[in-house]
Amino acid sequence: MNTHAKPSKLIKGATGDFEVVIGMEIHAQVTSRSKLFSGASTVFGNEPNANVSLVDAAMPGMLPVINEECVAQAIRTGLGLEAQINLRSVFDRKNYFYPDLPQGYQISQYKSPIVGEGVVIVDVSPTEQIEVGIERLHLEQDAGKSLHDQSATESFVDLNRSGVALMEIVSKPDMRSSDEARAYVTKLRTILRYIGSCDGNMEQGSLRADVNVSVRRPGEPLGTRCEIKNVNSIRFIAQAIEVEARRQIGIIEDGGKIDQETRLFDPVRGETRSMRSKEEAHDYRYFPDPDLLPLEFDQDYVDALKAELPELPDAKKARFIKDYGLPAYDAGVLVADKETADYYEAAVKFGGASRDAKLVANWISGDVAAYANTQGLSVAQTHIRPGQIAGIVDLIADGTISGKIAKDVLAIIIAEDKDRVSGSLSAIEGSDTAAMSGSVSDPRAIVEARGMKQVTDTGAIAAAVDAIIAANPDKVAQAQAKPSMLGWFVGQVMKETGGKANPQAVNELLKSKLGI
Amino acid sequence: MTDLTDLTLAEARDALAKKKISALDLANAQIAQIERARALNAFVTETPDVARAMAIESDARIARGEAGPLEGMPLGIKDLYCTAGVQTTAGSHILEGFTPAYESTVSANLWRDGAVMLGKLNLDEFAMGSSNETSYFGPVISPWRRQGANAALVPGGSSGGSSAAVAAHLCFGATATDTGGSIRQPAAFTGTVGIKPTYGRCSRWGIVAFASSLDQAGPIARTVRDAAILLRSMAGHDPKDTTSVNVPVPDYEAAVGRSIKGMKIGIPKEYRLDGMSPEIEKLWDQGIAWMKEAGASIVEISLPHTRYALPAYYIVAPAEASSNLARYDGVRYGLRVPGKDIADMYESTRAAGFGKEVRRRIMIGTYVLSAGYYDAYYVRAQKIRTLIKRDFELAFADGVDAILTPATPSAAFGLGEKGSTDPVEMYLNDIFTVTVNMAGLPGIAVPAGTSSEGLPLGLQVIGRAFDEETLFAVAGAIEQAAPKVAPPPKWWAVGE
Repeated sequence: MNTHAKPSKLIKGATGDFEVVIGMEIHAQVTSRSKLFSGASTVFGNEPNANVSLVDAAMPGMLPVINEECVAQAIRTGLGLEAQINLRSVFDRKNYFYPDLPQGYQISQYKSPIVGEGVVIVDVSPTEQIEVGIERLHLEQDAGKSLHDQSATESFVDLNRSGVALMEIVSKPDMRSSDEARAYVTKLRTILRYIGSCDGNMEQGSLRADVNVSVRRPGEPLGTRCEIKNVNSIRFIAQAIEVEARRQIGIIEDGGKIDQETRLFDPVRGETRSMRSKEEAHDYRYFPDPDLLPLEFDQDYVDALKAELPELPDAKKARFIKDYGLPAYDAGVLVADKETADYYEAAVKFGGASRDAKLVANWISGDVAAYANTQGLSVAQTHIRPGQIAGIVDLIADGTISGKIAKDVLAIIIAEDKDRVSGSLSAIEGSDTAAMSGSVSDPRAIVEARGMKQVTDTGAIAAAVDAIIAANPDKVAQAQAKPSMLGWFVGQVMKETGGKANPQAVNELLKSKLGI
Repeated sequence: MTDLTDLTLAEARDALAKKKISALDLANAQIAQIERARALNAFVTETPDVARAMAIESDARIARGEAGPLEGMPLGIKDLYCTAGVQTTAGSHILEGFTPAYESTVSANLWRDGAVMLGKLNLDEFAMGSSNETSYFGPVISPWRRQGANAALVPGGSSGGSSAAVAAHLCFGATATDTGGSIRQPAAFTGTVGIKPTYGRCSRWGIVAFASSLDQAGPIARTVRDAAILLRSMAGHDPKDTTSVNVPVPDYEAAVGRSIKGMKIGIPKEYRLDGMSPEIEKLWDQGIAWMKEAGASIVEISLPHTRYALPAYYIVAPAEASSNLARYDGVRYGLRVPGKDIADMYESTRAAGFGKEVRRRIMIGTYVLSAGYYDAYYVRAQKIRTLIKRDFELAFADGVDAILTPATPSAAFGLGEKGSTDPVEMYLNDIFTVTVNMAGLPGIAVPAGTSSEGLPLGLQVIGRAFDEETLFAVAGAIEQAAPKVAPPPKWWAVGE
């Protein structure tokens, strides 16, 4: 495990370097049609209290019945985390009073969770990979929501979330910087989305993090940690860690001691605030829920779920490296989103032809991703079809257009198809028709229609070269003295030819004519 | 013809089948009895209109030849069972006025089989008590009195409304629940038959929870046969209760009257307590003699962890109760006492809504589950529970078919007589019954004689898990052998 941070990750204090130690508890809402112990719907955004069964409202005499799909999702996730699956686990009651907790207790797993130790491999940067240990994963009920802004004198309670299944995924304190924490959550979310056990949607609260932060001088034992509750975006997780680490370092350097406590991150003020101290901590009076038998299943059940698991990000990345010759980092970027990875494969294989897989990756991770970003979409959600990217790459490969013209072609596709293509655009797997349906522009047709073909006719290029040389004797002299001036000439020729001249041919001609 | 309400359930059933009487006749006769017997305070809610409507439907089904096994049988329902559209209080102020929109599985099973609801029976608050004195709706008065005395006696608890109503012939049978003896002790106090079936035999769905790992539904009835008839309808697997067990429900009535010849009846030596009432000892010896006469063999057995059962029970049950009763917080239903903030509202609501005994058990339960005490109390109590269970398993593994014990350490006591200074005095009522709940086994209380003061006394038969049939056979033999006791005179009846 990642026991000591690299020097580059240390935080400089006034009195020396500090190492920040981070562990996380991620609450991931299980993707399931109904709640963990009731048949009520889990659909987000319904009218308040529309998704509430008698069990969720804790009516007298109501009993929980485990939703098997939630159990399967937890097992799938555990398998995705390379974790031990416990064939016997126990549901406990965590007792506390709160208006949005109708039973007066949360059903959770305390001593015997369904999933034990595992590991997540995290790419922090193109050159750095860490392993973050998983301590455990357990199933528990979500609480409802208290609404304090509906009335001046009363609070309201919405129980739609009450009883929805959560997976609490507890990491070991294996992270040493906010970058590592950010990369860990990102990777975990990718795994959950691949498996389909959580949609990872942080805006809707499907993924929330409690972040444990402590600091120490390098080589010292672990410091006292503070838990920052309920951070709901990856950016805020990183910010919260930074400000909390700074706060703790400040206290230590002033000769103070860190109090173990629960804190809240305020993104507006960029600070963490104390919520409750260790002394004020609840006594949850955990005990096994007598309404539920221990959760037991056999290895065959686990094996059957395992057999149905989709290819997971690490395996897909390895395959992309092996099959498409991609550098590890490029492969990692593509597989971070399953649909992007599928999009990439559809583009590479489009039409059954073989093409430069690295070039396809560059286009998707570069121009297409950049465009998607401006639209607030994922790559697969844009109207640019994998077949169009394949077409562009093919046009470059056969010398029809240059890379620069190719960007223009993409710009045309973006502009022309934007309003024509509508409806679901996620159909990127399967047939080539889906990958480039009849309603989208064919890059080759665009090039033909607009005369964007690259000029490789040396005669035409030579004429342009001659004209420029003739018109700029001063520059010729300069270029002969300083060959890096060649670029200016290339630019002029390209301008003259409307960008269609083959850059390589231009270069060669210029060099010979200028004698450099 | 005698008063219809003096028939047993089996007799009424047979008379109905022969169309000698109608379901509406039965319902009306019972409604009249209930109205005259309000001095007993057995009902929290009477539902005469519901009863008549259900009886009319029963008569229609009988006419169509679609009668169910309990067709037209008027029953009382312990007010711990949620009944759709009828107030369900659990004997507590905190649930006063609470009307569920749903029907408990067990009561629904009874209605499925044609039974008729007379109303909701009084009980100790949240089933916590052994005398029915903790009910917010006032104590139930036993129909029994000591010979030559007028002092009010308790009907036992927590199913005191059930036992009193059955003993006073206010219904043909009643549902009850048993967490530590709440079916068997009141049955013993009132000369009725009460069976707590195996844990998991009846669904707990829709029954207000006291201690989930111990609670079990069962009937109180006038005879062993009536109890068998009722349990068959009440029992059965329910997917809505994960702890209910999916095993077939046999025809219990067929087991009543079955010979016990050759059976091996265990007599646990640890149940012979120091300072045991000679009357109870005599009753027990009499029961042993009847067993021998009926051809059973008697073996002394040892259940060595018996003496730890009561203390362990009073850790486990309050622990679960403290959590189960957390939902009564004034937020969604039941009583709400406004407060200046949420904590104040909780405290005011629960202080006003729960009675003293319930508050005491919530405090005990909260304490034994709290950090630093959990291992010393709750975990150890669970270990004791395992040992108690093993005691029974070993006895049954030795070939014992059933175990015979007294049901209670004494006959019914007077109102206000016990537990006012020391709650343990009251808790000791459960000394013979809690072991059975701790082990999850079935136990039946059956009348076996009377005290010197003319009060009913009962014996308890404990059986193997899911072997209620043997209990009905053994209890039937005791019922056969025991002297017939006339029902108590109807001193309470007004307008007769």
